[in-house]
Amino acid sequence: MSAQAIVMLVVALLLVWGGLVVALLHLRKHPEEFDVVEDGQQEYPPST
Amino acid sequence: MAEEREQFKGRRAFIFAAVGSAVGLGNIWRFPYVAYENGGGAFIIPYLVALLTAGIPLLFLDYAIGHKFRASSPLAYRRLGGAAESIGWWQVGICFVIAVYYAVVIAWAVRYTGFSINQAWGDDPGGFFGGDFLQQSGEFTLGGSWVPAVGIPLIIIWLFTLVVHRLGVQGGIARLSAIFIPVLVVIFVVMVIQGLRQPGATLGLDALFTPNWDALANPGVWIAAYGQIFFSLSVGFGIMITYASYLKRRSNLTGSGLVVAFSNSGFEILAGIGVFAALGFMAQASGVGVADVAESGIGLAFIAFPAIISTMPGGSLFGVLFFLSLVLAGITSLVSIVQVVLAGVEDKLGWSRTKSVLIAGGLMAVVSVALFPTTTGLNLLDVVDNFANNFGIVGAALASVIVIGWGLRKFPELAEHVNSVSSFKIGRTWFVLLGVITPLVLGYMFVSEVITRIQEGYGAMPSGYVGVYGWGVAIGLVVVAVLISFIPWRRGVVDGDSLLVEGGESR
Repeated sequence: MSAQAIVMLVVALLLVWGGLVVALLHLRKHPEEFDVVEDGQQEYPPST
Repeated sequence: MAEEREQFKGRRAFIFAAVGSAVGLGNIWRFPYVAYENGGGAFIIPYLVALLTAGIPLLFLDYAIGHKFRASSPLAYRRLGGAAESIGWWQVGICFVIAVYYAVVIAWAVRYTGFSINQAWGDDPGGFFGGDFLQQSGEFTLGGSWVPAVGIPLIIIWLFTLVVHRLGVQGGIARLSAIFIPVLVVIFVVMVIQGLRQPGATLGLDALFTPNWDALANPGVWIAAYGQIFFSLSVGFGIMITYASYLKRRSNLTGSGLVVAFSNSGFEILAGIGVFAALGFMAQASGVGVADVAESGIGLAFIAFPAIISTMPGGSLFGVLFFLSLVLAGITSLVSIVQVVLAGVEDKLGWSRTKSVLIAGGLMAVVSVALFPTTTGLNLLDVVDNFANNFGIVGAALASVIVIGWGLRKFPELAEHVNSVSSFKIGRTWFVLLGVITPLVLGYMFVSEVITRIQEGYGAMPSGYVGVYGWGVAIGLVVVAVLISFIPWRRGVVDGDSLLVEGGESR
Protein backbone atom coordinates (compact mmCIF):
# COMPACT_ATOMS: atom_id res chain seq x y z
CA MET A 1 0.00 0.00 0.00
CA SER A 2 1.20 3.51 -0.70
CA ALA A 3 1.91 5.87 2.17
CA GLN A 4 -0.87 8.15 0.98
CA ALA A 5 -3.40 5.32 1.03
CA ILE A 6 -2.32 4.21 4.51
CA VAL A 7 -2.64 7.78 5.82
CA MET A 8 -6.14 8.13 4.36
CA LEU A 9 -7.18 4.72 5.72
CA VAL A 10 -6.08 5.79 9.20
CA VAL A 11 -7.68 9.22 8.87
CA ALA A 12 -11.00 7.70 7.74
CA LEU A 13 -11.02 5.20 10.60
CA LEU A 14 -10.08 7.83 13.18
CA LEU A 15 -12.73 10.27 12.04
CA VAL A 16 -15.63 7.84 11.71
CA TRP A 17 -14.90 5.39 14.51
CA GLY A 18 -13.56 8.26 16.62
CA GLY A 19 -16.85 10.02 16.02
CA LEU A 20 -18.68 6.91 17.20
CA VAL A 21 -16.58 6.71 20.37
CA VAL A 22 -17.17 10.41 21.12
CA ALA A 23 -20.92 9.93 20.50
CA LEU A 24 -21.01 6.93 22.85
CA LEU A 25 -19.07 8.79 25.55
CA HIS A 26 -21.41 11.76 25.19
CA LEU A 27 -24.40 9.46 25.65
CA ARG A 28 -22.81 7.83 28.72
CA LYS A 29 -22.34 11.24 30.28
CA HIS A 30 -26.08 11.75 30.01
CA PRO A 31 -27.65 8.68 31.58
CA GLU A 32 -31.13 7.67 30.63
CA GLU A 33 -33.94 9.25 32.63
CA PHE A 34 -37.09 7.38 33.35
CA ASP A 35 -40.63 8.56 33.10
CA VAL A 36 -42.37 9.21 36.37
CA VAL A 37 -45.51 7.14 36.52
CA GLU A 38 -48.71 8.50 37.98
CA ASP A 39 -48.20 7.43 41.58
CA GLY A 40 -44.96 9.40 41.69
CA GLN A 41 -42.68 6.35 41.64
CA GLN A 42 -40.05 5.88 38.99
CA GLU A 43 -40.26 3.17 36.42
CA TYR A 44 -37.59 0.54 36.75
CA PRO A 45 -34.63 1.06 34.45
CA PRO A 46 -34.58 -1.41 31.58
CA SER A 47 -32.50 -4.50 32.10
CA THR A 48 -31.15 -4.52 28.57
CA MET B 1 -60.39 5.15 24.34
CA ALA B 2 -57.42 4.23 22.23
CA GLU B 3 -55.16 1.49 23.54
CA GLU B 4 -51.79 2.60 24.91
CA ARG B 5 -49.08 3.14 22.33
CA GLU B 6 -46.23 0.66 22.25
CA GLN B 7 -42.82 1.77 23.52
CA PHE B 8 -39.20 0.76 23.29
CA LYS B 9 -38.03 -0.43 26.68
CA GLY B 10 -35.19 2.07 26.71
CA ARG B 11 -32.83 3.98 24.47
CA ARG B 12 -30.52 1.02 24.05
CA ALA B 13 -33.37 -0.95 22.46
CA PHE B 14 -34.15 2.02 20.23
CA ILE B 15 -30.52 2.49 19.19
CA PHE B 16 -30.19 -1.17 18.20
CA ALA B 17 -33.43 -1.00 16.20
CA ALA B 18 -32.40 2.25 14.50
CA VAL B 19 -28.90 0.95 13.69
CA GLY B 20 -30.54 -2.24 12.41
CA SER B 21 -32.62 -0.13 10.09
CA ALA B 22 -29.80 2.12 8.89
CA VAL B 23 -27.29 -0.68 8.35
CA GLY B 24 -28.60 -2.49 5.33
CA LEU B 25 -27.58 -3.81 1.95
CA GLY B 26 -26.47 -0.34 0.80
CA ASN B 27 -23.75 -0.18 3.45
CA ILE B 28 -22.21 -3.40 2.20
CA TRP B 29 -22.63 -3.25 -1.53
CA ARG B 30 -23.05 0.44 -2.34
CA PHE B 31 -20.67 2.46 -0.16
CA PRO B 32 -17.39 0.75 -1.15
CA TYR B 33 -17.88 1.35 -4.87
CA VAL B 34 -19.22 4.89 -4.45
CA ALA B 35 -16.16 5.80 -2.37
CA TYR B 36 -13.80 4.14 -4.86
CA GLU B 37 -15.40 5.89 -7.86
CA ASN B 38 -15.52 9.32 -6.23
CA GLY B 39 -12.04 10.20 -5.13
CA GLY B 40 -10.98 7.13 -3.11
CA GLY B 41 -9.38 8.30 0.13
CA ALA B 42 -10.33 11.90 -0.66
CA PHE B 43 -14.02 10.87 -0.60
CA ILE B 44 -13.93 10.86 3.20
CA ILE B 45 -14.07 14.67 3.12
CA PRO B 46 -17.32 15.15 1.13
CA TYR B 47 -18.68 12.07 2.89
CA LEU B 48 -18.20 13.54 6.37
CA VAL B 49 -19.38 16.96 5.24
CA ALA B 50 -22.55 15.33 3.88
CA LEU B 51 -23.03 13.37 7.09
CA LEU B 52 -22.72 16.47 9.26
CA THR B 53 -24.59 18.93 7.06
CA ALA B 54 -27.48 16.80 5.77
CA GLY B 55 -27.53 13.25 7.15
CA ILE B 56 -27.52 14.03 10.86
CA PRO B 57 -29.77 17.13 10.54
CA LEU B 58 -32.35 15.05 8.62
CA LEU B 59 -32.08 12.28 11.18
CA PHE B 60 -32.79 14.80 13.95
CA LEU B 61 -35.75 16.14 11.96
CA ASP B 62 -37.28 12.67 11.64
CA TYR B 63 -36.73 11.99 15.35
CA ALA B 64 -38.26 15.35 16.26
CA ILE B 65 -41.41 14.75 14.18
CA GLY B 66 -41.93 11.18 15.37
CA HIS B 67 -41.18 11.88 19.02
CA LYS B 68 -43.11 15.13 19.34
CA PHE B 69 -46.26 13.87 17.63
CA ARG B 70 -45.97 10.24 18.77
CA ALA B 71 -47.54 8.72 15.72
CA SER B 72 -46.98 6.95 12.43
CA SER B 73 -45.55 9.07 9.67
CA PRO B 74 -48.91 10.18 8.12
CA LEU B 75 -50.51 11.00 11.46
CA ALA B 76 -47.39 12.81 12.67
CA TYR B 77 -47.41 14.96 9.51
CA ARG B 78 -51.15 15.53 9.97
CA ARG B 79 -50.57 16.78 13.51
CA LEU B 80 -47.69 18.89 12.24
CA GLY B 81 -49.84 20.64 9.68
CA GLY B 82 -53.03 19.35 8.05
CA ALA B 83 -52.32 18.80 4.37
CA ALA B 84 -48.76 17.67 5.11
CA GLU B 85 -50.41 14.31 5.84
CA SER B 86 -50.01 13.34 2.20
CA ILE B 87 -46.20 13.46 2.59
CA GLY B 88 -46.59 10.78 5.25
CA TRP B 89 -48.66 8.61 2.91
CA TRP B 90 -46.12 9.16 0.17
CA GLN B 91 -43.52 7.74 2.56
CA VAL B 92 -45.80 4.83 3.44
CA GLY B 93 -46.25 4.08 -0.26
CA ILE B 94 -42.51 4.21 -0.87
CA CYS B 95 -41.97 1.80 2.02
CA PHE B 96 -44.62 -0.55 0.63
CA VAL B 97 -42.90 -0.62 -2.75
CA ILE B 98 -39.39 -0.96 -1.35
CA ALA B 99 -40.40 -3.74 1.05
CA VAL B 100 -41.88 -5.91 -1.70
CA TYR B 101 -38.61 -6.06 -3.66
CA TYR B 102 -36.09 -5.66 -0.81
CA ALA B 103 -37.36 -8.92 0.69
CA VAL B 104 -36.56 -10.64 -2.62
CA VAL B 105 -32.89 -9.69 -2.44
CA ILE B 106 -32.75 -11.10 1.09
CA ALA B 107 -34.26 -14.34 -0.24
CA TRP B 108 -31.47 -14.53 -2.85
CA ALA B 109 -28.89 -13.97 -0.10
CA VAL B 110 -30.43 -16.80 1.94
CA ARG B 111 -30.00 -19.16 -1.02
CA TYR B 112 -26.46 -17.91 -1.71
CA THR B 113 -25.47 -18.57 1.90
CA GLY B 114 -26.19 -22.21 1.09
CA PHE B 115 -24.72 -22.06 -2.42
CA SER B 116 -21.44 -20.79 -0.93
CA ILE B 117 -20.80 -24.11 0.79
CA ASN B 118 -20.40 -26.09 -2.43
CA GLN B 119 -20.03 -23.11 -4.75
CA ALA B 120 -23.08 -24.13 -6.70
CA TRP B 121 -22.44 -21.47 -9.37
CA GLY B 122 -19.51 -23.49 -10.77
CA ASP B 123 -17.22 -21.49 -13.04
CA ASP B 124 -19.91 -19.13 -14.41
CA PRO B 125 -21.41 -17.08 -11.55
CA GLY B 126 -23.04 -14.61 -13.97
CA GLY B 127 -24.77 -17.28 -16.03
CA PHE B 128 -25.76 -19.16 -12.91
CA PHE B 129 -27.34 -16.10 -11.26
CA GLY B 130 -29.50 -14.91 -14.14
CA GLY B 131 -30.03 -18.30 -15.76
CA ASP B 132 -29.90 -21.37 -13.51
CA PHE B 133 -30.99 -19.59 -10.33
CA LEU B 134 -33.35 -16.75 -11.31
CA GLN B 135 -34.35 -18.32 -14.67
CA GLN B 136 -34.76 -14.90 -16.24
CA SER B 137 -36.31 -14.73 -19.69
CA GLY B 138 -35.08 -11.16 -20.20
CA GLU B 139 -38.57 -10.06 -21.26
CA PHE B 140 -39.92 -6.67 -20.27
CA THR B 141 -43.33 -7.80 -19.12
CA LEU B 142 -45.02 -8.66 -15.88
CA GLY B 143 -45.43 -12.20 -14.63
CA GLY B 144 -44.10 -15.28 -16.42
CA SER B 145 -43.40 -18.54 -14.66
CA TRP B 146 -43.00 -18.58 -10.90
CA VAL B 147 -39.53 -19.65 -9.70
CA PRO B 148 -39.84 -21.75 -6.52
CA ALA B 149 -36.08 -21.57 -5.80
CA VAL B 150 -36.59 -17.88 -5.02
CA GLY B 151 -40.28 -17.93 -4.10
CA ILE B 152 -40.04 -20.45 -1.26
CA PRO B 153 -37.25 -18.67 0.69
CA LEU B 154 -39.13 -15.43 0.01
CA ILE B 155 -42.28 -16.83 1.64
CA ILE B 156 -40.19 -17.84 4.65
CA ILE B 157 -38.66 -14.34 4.86
CA TRP B 158 -42.13 -12.79 4.85
CA LEU B 159 -43.48 -15.19 7.46
CA PHE B 160 -40.50 -14.45 9.67
CA THR B 161 -40.87 -10.68 9.21
CA LEU B 162 -44.58 -10.67 9.94
CA VAL B 163 -44.11 -12.83 13.05
CA VAL B 164 -41.55 -10.25 14.27
CA HIS B 165 -44.11 -7.50 13.73
CA ARG B 166 -46.83 -9.44 15.48
CA LEU B 167 -44.53 -9.72 18.50
CA GLY B 168 -44.50 -5.95 18.68
CA VAL B 169 -42.09 -3.06 18.73
CA GLN B 170 -40.18 -4.11 21.84
CA GLY B 171 -40.83 -7.86 21.85
CA GLY B 172 -40.27 -8.27 18.12
CA ILE B 173 -38.37 -5.47 16.39
CA ALA B 174 -36.12 -4.35 19.25
CA ARG B 175 -35.37 -7.91 20.34
CA LEU B 176 -34.55 -8.95 16.78
CA SER B 177 -32.08 -6.07 16.33
CA ALA B 178 -30.52 -6.61 19.76
CA ILE B 179 -29.60 -10.13 18.60
CA PHE B 180 -28.94 -9.63 14.89
CA ILE B 181 -26.81 -6.47 15.04
CA PRO B 182 -24.11 -7.81 17.42
CA VAL B 183 -24.04 -11.10 15.48
CA LEU B 184 -23.75 -9.16 12.22
CA VAL B 185 -20.82 -7.13 13.54
CA VAL B 186 -18.99 -10.24 14.75
CA ILE B 187 -19.38 -12.25 11.54
CA PHE B 188 -18.62 -9.22 9.42
CA VAL B 189 -15.39 -8.55 11.32
CA VAL B 190 -14.37 -12.20 10.92
CA MET B 191 -15.09 -11.91 7.18
CA VAL B 192 -13.06 -8.71 6.87
CA ILE B 193 -10.13 -10.28 8.70
CA GLN B 194 -10.25 -13.29 6.40
CA GLY B 195 -10.33 -10.93 3.42
CA LEU B 196 -7.37 -8.92 4.70
CA ARG B 197 -5.26 -12.07 5.09
CA GLN B 198 -5.47 -12.87 1.37
CA PRO B 199 -2.61 -12.06 -1.00
CA GLY B 200 -3.45 -8.93 -2.97
CA ALA B 201 -5.72 -7.48 -0.27
CA THR B 202 -3.52 -4.41 0.02
CA LEU B 203 -3.95 -3.79 -3.71
CA GLY B 204 -7.63 -3.36 -3.08
CA LEU B 205 -7.11 -1.09 -0.09
CA ASP B 206 -4.67 0.92 -2.13
CA ALA B 207 -7.33 1.40 -4.81
CA LEU B 208 -9.96 2.36 -2.26
CA PHE B 209 -7.92 4.73 -0.10
CA THR B 210 -5.42 6.40 -2.45
CA PRO B 211 -6.79 9.93 -2.54
CA ASN B 212 -7.62 11.67 -5.79
CA TRP B 213 -7.74 15.25 -4.53
CA ASP B 214 -8.78 16.62 -7.92
CA ALA B 215 -12.09 14.80 -7.48
CA LEU B 216 -13.05 17.29 -4.77
CA ALA B 217 -13.40 19.97 -7.44
CA ASN B 218 -16.05 17.85 -9.19
CA PRO B 219 -19.61 18.67 -8.02
CA GLY B 220 -20.68 15.13 -9.01
CA VAL B 221 -18.45 13.72 -6.28
CA TRP B 222 -20.14 15.88 -3.65
CA ILE B 223 -23.58 14.87 -4.88
CA ALA B 224 -22.49 11.22 -4.72
CA ALA B 225 -21.43 11.75 -1.10
CA TYR B 226 -24.76 13.34 -0.18
CA GLY B 227 -26.58 10.57 -2.03
CA GLN B 228 -24.68 7.84 -0.19
CA ILE B 229 -25.29 9.42 3.23
CA PHE B 230 -28.90 10.02 2.40
CA PHE B 231 -29.76 6.52 1.13
CA SER B 232 -27.66 4.77 3.73
CA LEU B 233 -28.99 6.46 6.84
CA SER B 234 -32.69 5.52 6.34
CA VAL B 235 -33.74 9.17 6.59
CA GLY B 236 -36.58 10.91 4.81
CA PHE B 237 -38.98 8.05 4.21
CA GLY B 238 -40.75 7.59 7.46
CA ILE B 239 -38.69 4.93 9.21
CA MET B 240 -37.02 7.13 11.79
CA ILE B 241 -40.27 9.06 12.36
CA THR B 242 -42.03 5.78 13.10
CA TYR B 243 -39.29 4.38 15.36
CA ALA B 244 -38.90 7.66 17.28
CA SER B 245 -42.64 7.65 17.99
CA TYR B 246 -42.10 4.57 20.17
CA LEU B 247 -39.51 6.30 22.37
CA LYS B 248 -40.42 7.28 25.89
CA ARG B 249 -41.15 10.94 26.45
CA ARG B 250 -37.86 11.69 28.10
CA SER B 251 -35.53 10.34 25.49
CA ASN B 252 -32.24 11.85 24.51
CA LEU B 253 -33.00 12.20 20.80
CA THR B 254 -29.84 13.85 19.52
CA GLY B 255 -27.47 11.88 21.77
CA SER B 256 -28.94 8.63 20.47
CA GLY B 257 -29.05 9.97 16.91
CA LEU B 258 -25.32 10.70 16.86
CA VAL B 259 -24.59 7.12 17.96
CA VAL B 260 -26.87 5.76 15.22
CA ALA B 261 -25.35 7.98 12.52
CA PHE B 262 -21.74 7.18 13.38
CA SER B 263 -22.48 3.46 13.82
CA ASN B 264 -23.92 3.42 10.32
CA SER B 265 -20.87 5.14 8.88
CA GLY B 266 -18.50 3.02 10.96
CA PHE B 267 -20.06 -0.11 9.49
CA GLU B 268 -19.76 1.31 5.97
CA ILE B 269 -16.06 1.97 6.35
CA LEU B 270 -15.59 -1.58 7.62
CA ALA B 271 -17.54 -2.88 4.61
CA GLY B 272 -15.33 -0.82 2.30
CA ILE B 273 -12.22 -2.43 3.77
CA GLY B 274 -13.68 -5.95 3.54
CA VAL B 275 -15.06 -5.63 0.01
CA PHE B 276 -11.93 -4.01 -1.44
CA ALA B 277 -9.59 -6.46 0.30
CA ALA B 278 -11.54 -9.22 -1.46
CA LEU B 279 -11.53 -7.36 -4.79
CA GLY B 280 -7.77 -6.80 -4.46
CA PHE B 281 -7.29 -10.53 -3.93
CA MET B 282 -9.39 -11.28 -7.00
CA ALA B 283 -7.52 -8.74 -9.14
CA GLN B 284 -4.16 -10.24 -8.19
CA ALA B 285 -5.36 -13.82 -8.67
CA SER B 286 -6.70 -12.98 -12.15
CA GLY B 287 -3.74 -10.81 -13.12
CA VAL B 288 -5.91 -7.74 -13.76
CA GLY B 289 -6.30 -4.32 -12.15
CA VAL B 290 -8.73 -3.64 -9.30
CA ALA B 291 -10.64 -1.38 -11.69
CA ASP B 292 -11.47 -4.46 -13.78
CA VAL B 293 -13.12 -6.30 -10.90
CA ALA B 294 -14.68 -3.42 -8.93
CA GLU B 295 -18.48 -3.42 -9.00
CA SER B 296 -21.44 -2.51 -6.84
CA GLY B 297 -24.94 -3.67 -6.05
CA ILE B 298 -26.36 -6.94 -7.29
CA GLY B 299 -23.42 -7.48 -9.65
CA LEU B 300 -20.95 -7.20 -6.78
CA ALA B 301 -22.80 -9.47 -4.37
CA PHE B 302 -24.19 -12.15 -6.64
CA ILE B 303 -21.64 -12.31 -9.48
CA ALA B 304 -18.28 -10.81 -8.43
CA PHE B 305 -18.30 -12.25 -4.90
CA PRO B 306 -19.15 -15.80 -5.97
CA ALA B 307 -16.14 -15.66 -8.33
CA ILE B 308 -13.97 -14.51 -5.40
CA ILE B 309 -15.38 -17.23 -3.15
CA SER B 310 -14.50 -19.90 -5.73
CA THR B 311 -10.94 -18.58 -6.07
CA MET B 312 -10.13 -17.92 -2.41
CA PRO B 313 -8.67 -20.65 -0.18
CA GLY B 314 -11.34 -21.18 2.49
CA GLY B 315 -13.76 -19.38 0.21
CA SER B 316 -16.79 -21.35 1.39
CA LEU B 317 -16.54 -19.89 4.90
CA PHE B 318 -15.90 -16.43 3.47
CA GLY B 319 -18.99 -16.79 1.28
CA VAL B 320 -21.22 -18.02 4.10
CA LEU B 321 -20.13 -15.09 6.29
CA PHE B 322 -20.65 -12.58 3.47
CA PHE B 323 -24.13 -13.72 2.48
CA LEU B 324 -25.21 -14.23 6.07
CA SER B 325 -24.18 -10.61 6.68
CA LEU B 326 -26.44 -9.54 3.81
CA VAL B 327 -29.31 -11.56 5.30
CA LEU B 328 -28.92 -10.14 8.82
CA ALA B 329 -28.38 -6.55 7.67
CA GLY B 330 -31.27 -6.90 5.23
CA ILE B 331 -33.85 -8.34 7.62
CA THR B 332 -33.36 -5.68 10.30
CA SER B 333 -33.84 -3.05 7.59
CA LEU B 334 -36.84 -4.83 6.07
CA VAL B 335 -38.73 -4.91 9.38
CA SER B 336 -38.21 -1.17 9.77
CA ILE B 337 -39.56 -0.50 6.28
CA VAL B 338 -42.60 -2.73 6.87
CA GLN B 339 -43.26 -1.05 10.22
CA VAL B 340 -43.81 2.30 8.50
CA VAL B 341 -46.68 0.78 6.51
CA LEU B 342 -48.24 -1.11 9.41
CA ALA B 343 -48.10 1.89 11.76
CA GLY B 344 -49.73 4.14 9.15
CA VAL B 345 -52.58 1.70 8.55
CA GLU B 346 -53.12 1.11 12.28
CA ASP B 347 -53.41 4.82 12.99
CA LYS B 348 -55.65 5.59 10.02
CA LEU B 349 -58.09 2.72 10.32
CA GLY B 350 -57.87 2.05 14.05
CA TRP B 351 -56.68 -1.50 13.38
CA SER B 352 -54.99 -3.71 15.95
CA ARG B 353 -51.46 -4.94 15.34
CA THR B 354 -52.75 -8.42 14.52
CA LYS B 355 -55.14 -7.05 11.93
CA SER B 356 -52.54 -4.80 10.30
CA VAL B 357 -50.00 -7.63 10.19
CA LEU B 358 -52.51 -10.02 8.63
CA ILE B 359 -54.08 -7.65 6.13
CA ALA B 360 -51.51 -4.95 5.28
CA GLY B 361 -48.47 -7.15 5.93
CA GLY B 362 -50.16 -10.04 4.15
CA LEU B 363 -50.87 -7.84 1.13
CA MET B 364 -47.21 -6.81 0.92
CA ALA B 365 -46.16 -10.44 1.14
CA VAL B 366 -48.61 -11.53 -1.57
CA VAL B 367 -47.54 -8.76 -3.97
CA SER B 368 -43.88 -9.55 -3.31
CA VAL B 369 -44.27 -13.31 -3.73
CA ALA B 370 -46.49 -13.00 -6.82
CA LEU B 371 -44.47 -10.47 -8.83
CA PHE B 372 -40.78 -10.91 -8.13
CA PRO B 373 -39.81 -14.60 -7.98
CA THR B 374 -40.80 -14.92 -11.62
CA THR B 375 -38.94 -15.25 -14.89
CA THR B 376 -39.37 -11.49 -15.44
CA GLY B 377 -38.79 -10.38 -11.83
CA LEU B 378 -35.24 -9.05 -12.16
CA ASN B 379 -36.10 -6.31 -14.66
CA LEU B 380 -39.06 -5.26 -12.54
CA LEU B 381 -36.92 -5.11 -9.42
CA ASP B 382 -34.29 -3.06 -11.23
CA VAL B 383 -36.64 -0.38 -12.54
CA VAL B 384 -38.82 -0.13 -9.42
CA ASP B 385 -35.72 0.14 -7.21
CA ASN B 386 -34.32 3.01 -9.25
CA PHE B 387 -37.53 5.03 -9.36
CA ALA B 388 -38.57 4.34 -5.75
CA ASN B 389 -35.21 5.62 -4.54
CA ASN B 390 -34.38 8.48 -6.84
CA PHE B 391 -37.86 9.91 -7.20
CA GLY B 392 -39.66 8.52 -4.18
CA ILE B 393 -37.21 8.88 -1.32
CA VAL B 394 -35.50 11.99 -2.68
CA GLY B 395 -38.80 13.61 -3.68
CA ALA B 396 -40.55 12.92 -0.38
CA ALA B 397 -37.59 14.19 1.64
CA LEU B 398 -37.41 17.32 -0.50
CA ALA B 399 -41.14 17.94 -0.08
CA SER B 400 -40.78 17.36 3.65
CA VAL B 401 -38.00 19.90 4.29
CA ILE B 402 -39.62 22.52 2.05
CA VAL B 403 -43.10 22.12 3.56
CA ILE B 404 -41.93 21.98 7.18
CA GLY B 405 -39.21 24.60 6.85
CA TRP B 406 -40.63 27.12 4.41
CA GLY B 407 -44.35 26.38 4.36
CA LEU B 408 -45.28 25.59 7.94
CA ARG B 409 -42.13 27.17 9.44
CA LYS B 410 -41.98 24.54 12.14
CA PHE B 411 -38.22 24.12 12.56
CA PRO B 412 -38.06 26.35 15.70
CA GLU B 413 -40.92 24.44 17.35
CA LEU B 414 -39.33 21.09 16.53
CA ALA B 415 -35.91 22.26 17.73
CA GLU B 416 -37.49 23.40 20.99
CA HIS B 417 -38.97 19.95 21.45
CA VAL B 418 -35.66 18.24 20.69
CA ASN B 419 -33.76 20.51 23.08
CA SER B 420 -36.28 19.91 25.87
CA VAL B 421 -35.30 16.24 26.04
CA SER B 422 -31.84 16.01 24.46
CA SER B 423 -28.25 16.53 25.55
CA PHE B 424 -26.88 17.77 22.21
CA LYS B 425 -28.68 21.05 21.53
CA ILE B 426 -29.70 22.24 18.08
CA GLY B 427 -30.55 25.72 16.88
CA ARG B 428 -29.95 28.17 14.07
CA THR B 429 -27.26 26.07 12.36
CA TRP B 430 -29.75 23.22 12.16
CA PHE B 431 -32.37 25.49 10.56
CA VAL B 432 -29.88 26.64 7.92
CA LEU B 433 -28.61 23.14 7.15
CA LEU B 434 -32.14 21.76 6.83
CA GLY B 435 -33.76 24.81 5.29
CA VAL B 436 -31.06 25.73 2.78
CA ILE B 437 -28.29 23.15 2.25
CA THR B 438 -30.50 20.04 2.30
CA PRO B 439 -33.18 21.32 -0.10
CA LEU B 440 -30.52 22.58 -2.50
CA VAL B 441 -28.75 19.23 -2.61
CA LEU B 442 -31.96 17.18 -2.73
CA GLY B 443 -33.44 19.53 -5.33
CA TYR B 444 -30.37 19.18 -7.51
CA MET B 445 -30.46 15.38 -7.19
CA PHE B 446 -34.16 15.27 -7.99
CA VAL B 447 -34.10 17.63 -10.98
CA SER B 448 -30.98 16.13 -12.53
CA GLU B 449 -32.47 12.64 -12.19
CA VAL B 450 -35.69 13.77 -13.89
CA ILE B 451 -33.72 15.31 -16.76
CA THR B 452 -31.48 12.27 -17.17
CA ARG B 453 -34.38 9.82 -17.16
CA ILE B 454 -36.37 11.90 -19.66
CA GLN B 455 -33.40 12.29 -21.98
CA GLU B 456 -31.81 8.87 -21.65
CA GLY B 457 -34.55 6.55 -20.40
CA TYR B 458 -33.46 3.80 -18.03
CA GLY B 459 -30.69 1.53 -19.27
CA ALA B 460 -31.71 -0.51 -22.28
CA MET B 461 -35.28 -0.90 -21.09
CA PRO B 462 -38.15 -0.12 -23.51
CA SER B 463 -39.72 3.25 -22.77
CA GLY B 464 -43.22 1.77 -22.40
CA TYR B 465 -42.00 -0.57 -19.66
CA VAL B 466 -40.13 2.23 -17.85
CA GLY B 467 -43.20 4.43 -18.28
CA VAL B 468 -45.48 2.00 -16.47
CA TYR B 469 -43.27 0.46 -13.81
CA GLY B 470 -40.85 3.35 -13.30
CA TRP B 471 -42.64 6.65 -13.89
CA GLY B 472 -46.04 5.07 -13.29
CA VAL B 473 -45.05 3.79 -9.85
CA ALA B 474 -43.24 7.01 -8.91
CA ILE B 475 -46.13 9.30 -9.92
CA GLY B 476 -48.80 6.84 -8.80
CA LEU B 477 -47.43 6.91 -5.26
CA VAL B 478 -47.95 10.66 -5.06
CA VAL B 479 -51.50 10.48 -6.43
CA VAL B 480 -52.47 7.65 -4.08
CA ALA B 481 -50.91 9.51 -1.14
CA VAL B 482 -53.02 12.60 -1.79
CA LEU B 483 -56.20 10.52 -2.22
CA ILE B 484 -55.63 8.58 1.03
CA SER B 485 -55.19 11.84 2.92
CA PHE B 486 -58.88 12.60 2.23
CA ILE B 487 -60.05 9.47 4.06
CA PRO B 488 -61.06 10.34 7.64
CA TRP B 489 -59.07 9.08 10.62
CA ARG B 490 -60.99 6.38 12.44
CA ARG B 491 -59.83 7.51 15.87
CA GLY B 492 -59.44 11.19 15.05
CA VAL B 493 -56.10 12.95 14.85
CA VAL B 494 -55.73 14.47 18.31
CA ASP B 495 -53.32 12.80 20.68
CA GLY B 496 -55.19 13.10 23.98
CA ASP B 497 -52.12 12.07 25.91
CA SER B 498 -50.00 14.89 24.51
CA LEU B 499 -52.55 17.49 25.55
CA LEU B 500 -51.82 16.57 29.16
CA VAL B 501 -48.05 16.22 29.06
CA GLU B 502 -45.69 17.84 26.61
CA GLY B 503 -42.41 15.95 26.13
CA GLY B 504 -39.90 16.62 28.86
CA GLU B 505 -41.10 20.06 29.90
CA SER B 506 -41.51 19.08 33.51
CA ARG B 507 -37.78 18.65 34.13
